[in-house]
Amino acid sequence: MSLKYACAIAGVAESRLGVVPDSTVMTLQAEAMVKALAEAGLEKKDVDAVFSSGNWGRLPQLQVAEYLGINPVYSDNTSVGGASFEFHLGHAAAAIQAGLCKVAIILYGSTQRSRRERRIFEAHSDLGYQYETPYGLPIPVGAYALAASRHMAQYGTTSQQLAELAVSTRAWASLNPSAYRREKLTVDEVLDSQMIASPLHRLDCCLVTDGGGCVVVVSPELAKSLPKPPVWLLGQGESHSHAQISEMPDLTITPAAESGKRAFAMAGIKHSDLDVVEIYDSFTITVILTLESLGFCAPGEGGEFVSSNRTAPGGEFPLNTNGGGLSYCHPGQYGIFLLIESVRQLRGECGDRQVNNATLALASGTGGVLSSNSTCILGLE
Amino acid sequence: MAEELPDPDSSPYWEGINIEELRYQQCNHCNISIFYPRSICPNCGKPDPIWQTSKGKGTIYACSVIHRAPPAYKEDTPYVVALVDLAEGFRMMSRIIDCDTNSVKVGQEVDVVYRKDNTGNRIPYFTLHNS
Ligand SMILES: [Zn+2]
Repeated sequence: MSLKYACAIAGVAESRLGVVPDSTVMTLQAEAMVKALAEAGLEKKDVDAVFSSGNWGRLPQLQVAEYLGINPVYSDNTSVGGASFEFHLGHAAAAIQAGLCKVAIILYGSTQRSRRERRIFEAHSDLGYQYETPYGLPIPVGAYALAASRHMAQYGTTSQQLAELAVSTRAWASLNPSAYRREKLTVDEVLDSQMIASPLHRLDCCLVTDGGGCVVVVSPELAKSLPKPPVWLLGQGESHSHAQISEMPDLTITPAAESGKRAFAMAGIKHSDLDVVEIYDSFTITVILTLESLGFCAPGEGGEFVSSNRTAPGGEFPLNTNGGGLSYCHPGQYGIFLLIESVRQLRGECGDRQVNNATLALASGTGGVLSSNSTCILGLE
Repeated sequence: MAEELPDPDSSPYWEGINIEELRYQQCNHCNISIFYPRSICPNCGKPDPIWQTSKGKGTIYACSVIHRAPPAYKEDTPYVVALVDLAEGFRMMSRIIDCDTNSVKVGQEVDVVYRKDNTGNRIPYFTLHNS
């Protein structure tokens, strides 16, 4: 079985991003949903499936659907960190293909910046965490720092290479009016920024912002009748390998190795066929590990791969074209924005940052502490 | 740490730590070393792994010097958190202590030591071998 052409994305939208003090997680999700449905040419009453992730509530899936006034006949709260939304897209495709629903919305919202509801990783000191918590590893940054230390020791990856990725990503952000940080960034500024958990500096780390997003996923028949050109799901794969970093089998290989293999096989395309790539950049090292695990380069070559402005505007490998979690926005679980940017690039709506003639895009979400990955391949036809 | 610890899976481990024994489990079907403690083998799924005692000698698999700590550990900064591969074939998180934090490197050999943490619980740390 395959999910190729099982569904299409008909509408995408962000809420207000950055610092949005006069909002709640509900207002941001409502804002994004209204915009995304309008773009899709659909109404709220058309929505029959809800997918969301968040850890802001007691039963967030029920709370957000109640707030929006939706009684779904298909409901999925798969919550595996920032990659959740790429999982959702695959699950929505399967549900639509099975005929269980026709119009699914994928939702996210966070006010972590303004309202300090940063409970994501706090207060977990029981079960498996009792063997980690006493050592004071800051989560998530410390876990990614451990992976970076291993990659550097094993392959000779350098802080300079990590910094180059941050700089290239910022260059994309400078072309995106919605990006939170748009001023020019240099490699030295990254290397001179405060050390948080060696070898990761402050500017190796994603932003902390508010924001929300919505993606409208519809059946193939419906997609063809709606205003926007359909963006088709061509391939999707998902996997997770652990919850806590001490249980990760190999700190240099992420679950993207498994999910990417499945996504490429389903889409029936080669890496070189892709025009634009959106990879979760919670930290600079996340991107290097994911590029290797997805097979864009050999294990250990990720540092070299992202250097020399290769991923910057005008470079041969357009990567994180909205400015990424590093410079555009990062409201806790960033994965929904990978889908939004992929869709906009394929539709040719990206203005100064538009990649020419983009017809195939890849969005790869990573969640937890390199724990989960889902990779989606999207195309115009 | 939460009050309800240790739990039924972890109490033999923490009891071991209290008498300065580093305990781990081994599957008596597929023989893999298991950490953290579980009621079934995460490899083959068979129940009732048996408890073993480690010699406490290992190698640093990954390490990070923490400069921005969670609130409870602020006063300890900078400190080194590491993943240690024990000779018996299991991996655990710990800190590398009594050292120049910048001298700690992946691949170094380490030995277990026992200290009280800032909540008064005895926990296993590691020091650089022959330091
Ligand atoms: Zn076994």
